[in-house]
Amino acid sequence: MTDVAERRLAGHPNKLPRPKGELEALEKAWELPQGWRIISAVNNTVIGYFYVGAALLFFLLAGILALLMRLQLAVPSNTFLSQETYNQIFTMHGTVMMFLFAVPVVEAMGVLLLPQMLGARDLPFPRLSAFAFWAYFVGGLIFFATLFFDLAPSGGWFMYPPLTSTQYSPGMGADFWLLGIGFIEISAIAGAVELIVGVLRTRAPGMTLDRMPMFAWTMLIFAGMIVFAFPAVILATMLLELERAFGWPFFIPQKGGDALLWQHLFWFFGHPEVYIIFLPAAGMVSMIVPTMARTPLAGYRLIVVALIATGFFSFGLWVHHIFTTGIPAMSLGFFSAASMAVAIPSGIQVYSWIATIAAGRLRWSTPSLFVLGFLFIFTLGGLTGVMVAMVPFDWQAHDTYFIVAHLHYVLVGGMVFPLFAAFYYWAPAFSRRALSERFGKATFWLMFTGFNVAFFPMHISGLMGMPRRVYTYPEVMEWGVLNMISTVGAFLFAAGVLVFLIDLVRNLRPTVTEPIGNVWNASSLEWMHNHVYGPRSVPLVESRDPLWDQPGLSEESKAGRHYLPGTVTGVRETIVTSPIEAVPQALLRLPGYGWTPILAAVFTAGFFMLLTVKATALALLSGMLAVVAILIWMWESDPKPLPRAEIGHGIKVPTYVSGSLSHSWWAMVVLLLVAGSLYLAYVFSYLYLWTVSPQVWPKPAQSPALSWPIIAALLLAASSGLILWAGRTLPANFRNRLAFCVLIGSAIVALVGGLAIEVFAQWRMGIRPDADAHAAMIYMASFLQLELTLALVVMAGFAIARSIAGLLNRRRRVVYDNLGLLWHYTVLQGLFGLLLVHGFPRLVG
Amino acid sequence: MKRSPQGLAAAAALLLLAGCGIDVQSVLTPRGTQAGQIANLAWIVFAFGAAVLTLVMAAVWAAIRGSSRLRGALAQDRTIVVLGLIFPAVTLTLLLGYGVWLMRIQLAPSASTDTFHIEVTGEQWWWRVAYGGAGIASANEIRIPVGRPVHFTLKASDVIHSFWVPSLGGKVDMIPGRTTAARLTAEREGIYRGQCAEYCGGPHALMAFEVVALPSAEYDAWLAREAAPARVPSSAQEQRGQSLFIAAGCGACHAVRGTAAAGTIGPDLTHLGGRRSVGIDTMPLTAENMTRFIANSQHVKPGNQMPEFRIFSADEHAALAAYLLSLR
Repeated sequence: MTDVAERRLAGHPNKLPRPKGELEALEKAWELPQGWRIISAVNNTVIGYFYVGAALLFFLLAGILALLMRLQLAVPSNTFLSQETYNQIFTMHGTVMMFLFAVPVVEAMGVLLLPQMLGARDLPFPRLSAFAFWAYFVGGLIFFATLFFDLAPSGGWFMYPPLTSTQYSPGMGADFWLLGIGFIEISAIAGAVELIVGVLRTRAPGMTLDRMPMFAWTMLIFAGMIVFAFPAVILATMLLELERAFGWPFFIPQKGGDALLWQHLFWFFGHPEVYIIFLPAAGMVSMIVPTMARTPLAGYRLIVVALIATGFFSFGLWVHHIFTTGIPAMSLGFFSAASMAVAIPSGIQVYSWIATIAAGRLRWSTPSLFVLGFLFIFTLGGLTGVMVAMVPFDWQAHDTYFIVAHLHYVLVGGMVFPLFAAFYYWAPAFSRRALSERFGKATFWLMFTGFNVAFFPMHISGLMGMPRRVYTYPEVMEWGVLNMISTVGAFLFAAGVLVFLIDLVRNLRPTVTEPIGNVWNASSLEWMHNHVYGPRSVPLVESRDPLWDQPGLSEESKAGRHYLPGTVTGVRETIVTSPIEAVPQALLRLPGYGWTPILAAVFTAGFFMLLTVKATALALLSGMLAVVAILIWMWESDPKPLPRAEIGHGIKVPTYVSGSLSHSWWAMVVLLLVAGSLYLAYVFSYLYLWTVSPQVWPKPAQSPALSWPIIAALLLAASSGLILWAGRTLPANFRNRLAFCVLIGSAIVALVGGLAIEVFAQWRMGIRPDADAHAAMIYMASFLQLELTLALVVMAGFAIARSIAGLLNRRRRVVYDNLGLLWHYTVLQGLFGLLLVHGFPRLVG
Repeated sequence: MKRSPQGLAAAAALLLLAGCGIDVQSVLTPRGTQAGQIANLAWIVFAFGAAVLTLVMAAVWAAIRGSSRLRGALAQDRTIVVLGLIFPAVTLTLLLGYGVWLMRIQLAPSASTDTFHIEVTGEQWWWRVAYGGAGIASANEIRIPVGRPVHFTLKASDVIHSFWVPSLGGKVDMIPGRTTAARLTAEREGIYRGQCAEYCGGPHALMAFEVVALPSAEYDAWLAREAAPARVPSSAQEQRGQSLFIAAGCGACHAVRGTAAAGTIGPDLTHLGGRRSVGIDTMPLTAENMTRFIANSQHVKPGNQMPEFRIFSADEHAALAAYLLSLR
């Protein structure tokens, strides 16, 4: 940090005594809704509790499915579960664990822990996280319920076509997966936006990137990975659903599609997904180990580099999931090398933790036990990963129980064990009573023993030839003994979870006022006195381990000597700081509790689920109600600029910022990265299908004349120009308000026109999306354009309404700025799409 | 001990049956060239893995309970780099080299002029087989010569399947719209079990098959018999069975070369009688099992594409079974 910044920040703590009523005003602003109305809460602590609870619920549900599977497989030729039931159950076990437990639970820990850990009072978009949670919870429950109606998908969690195409999976199960999980991915992306903006823009003053807790680093990288990885599976989901519903043949080989396209898109997401799951857990371990060893984390910078390297490399490994599909040798070799290389950053982390333990004095506790268990199980899993990274070995091990063993060793070892360590570790920061050490040790030993007894034998049964996803096996194969051992182990593990649940019920008393506190003498900020609004005053941070290196910090903060000891504007607030040096830049006003997020979530879930069961009219109604809820929510956002506010330490900051200082601008940029990744996945799919089926790519004579796309492009560009012009007319007086509305309205017409012309031009040539894979790809470009166009029509209408109401002007311009960002991106996307769809066939034709 | 024909037959049977159980579908008891090479690699990486796991856990233990000198050494940044970056970089590069080298060997086109070609198409939930250049049609049980490389051309007609015989080599997926290939060489006589290794819905768990490896001369003789049209029924019962077969419309799905039955939707039955199993590979070919499959196929293999035929009386079943078993 520069000297100027240091001097500015330090040395002027607020005077005591604090003004009368200051603390009361703070508590009033943050008060929670009473009774059952707690479901309308939006602050990160309450949403965090709900989120962790829901994720644990799904863990239990999917775990019960696993126990059912193990009962069926305990003996050969068993008839406990029918074939179809088993196929649905293993599909649901994987899907629920991966999409409804693994990613949500680490996201939930981020929601719960991060703001307090960073010294922020809340996440930057509280209603967005509430929406994300309720969408996930409601959608997830409906999805899980399909099991009880024999409507669950049975295509495996990875849903490969053609098995999951309409011809071979005619029921609704696959659609529940595609629409249900597809929409839950919105939750993950909302969370990612929240976390990136939160970690980069709302840290406590003085908490430079170099002083940021390691868990925050992992959540930042986690969120970045979601931004670039999830769109691939979202696109794949869209493609398959369009194929199932309307016959657009992306994966049907007879019409130029390719089953492997799905596999590439799915695993381009699927591999980073497992690191998305692992990295936050590694971050939690990086918080727990230093506390337990009573010494700062060793190799901090090495670990940061290792985390970034892991995140980056993990995007280059996906083909190792499809080594057996006949891909050429050079490609196989590259991905084999990359898959082995990614072990190295993990090695750095493991040895950094060992170094930390060596430098300190490890205290024996339940969290320590779970961390040691993690080290053993995850290392073993990582080593079997190195084995299967070797292509010839994978040719034997792929799709056998060896892989089932590997994946559980890395996922349960790498995430579940750190998660349980985290529960026992952080409980005192959130509960009036700590969890029991006695129960905790019993839980650990049952889980550790049960896990190894259950899963180690699977390495052997896999090598003895037992494939995955089999509902039974014949006695003659002699896999029975190993399977029975695995089943016993599974129930031991479940017993451990049961002991944990009993401990939770007996001891966990979640609170938003005073929890027990810093029983471990930890060093990070979430251990200060903790309320629903975090600390009484946001501390000035001067070290990586503030509670160790800044004596008296907690007391000073509690007395109100640091930032934001009350509320400046009367509502909830937090400080926006610069991304690298954490210098205060603005005061961010945050919303309090309300009903629009949960209603919007329920109606959005309703839209997708009703579509799945083909109740289209009801679905549209639900969708419109969701849009209405969101509009009301947005109308209540963007509060008006107020005079500069004194936030403490003698510092004044603006209450309203726009442009790249605005936290919402950052959120929109992240969203553009998501949209861009989605479109890139589309471009990849287009070019990939061309390499597979060049014969269905048309000759130039079959494509629309060039004049059509040129007109469409001009319309799109014009719409951008109109938007830019509208920005210049922002100052509030009646004539300019009219000009603004006319310009925006015209821009809408031009944007929609550009899209309509393109679709019309193709349709006019007789090109129909269900004809062949290329035609489907042409219309897919327009479909992706349509999604953004619809959003922009709504957003533009909203901007017009704000302008007419006098709530949008040259200063109060965030609504316009964000509209502009998305608009110009959409125009660029549209122009690129026209170039690809009209130019590429002419290039190769 | 005097060598009696019965003794020899028993020994031969024992030899064939010796493949049962642990050895018959195991990666670690290789019976083919490719599987053997992979098994060697496997043992080496297992040893490597065990060593590294021991090293890591020893380091953890030392960090907690070791002498202060040892703990001081482990706490260094330099140690993190050496153990966590340099050591893995070196060892993994060596392993990678080995793996890529073996991969290229196994993928390289065969230099042998002796290669035999078999085409296998994965169907829900059975295996369509075609031998040699002439494409002699068969199903489910695959026979190969010992000691000759066999080139498998792999296709799928409906969904993705995977062709895997662990004792002989690694698996290769069968993808609709694409053609993939596997090369396997059996090194000794025996019966090796294979199983579909890509979830294909329904009774994927039951989609297994046997590979019977025969010495070259015996194999050629067998192939010649396989190429010939179906054996003409000799007894009255067998003839009755054949008429029932045609009358019930079995020929719409099943082919019996040399008769009117020419359907290709289901397995070719021309030489069904010479196979070891019927319906699923763990159901030996007997009259009783044949009847069971015809009348109750959905109970044996739930979801399979063959409807249950409950239209036959016990006598008729016996005749049908006799006919089908006679198709050696």
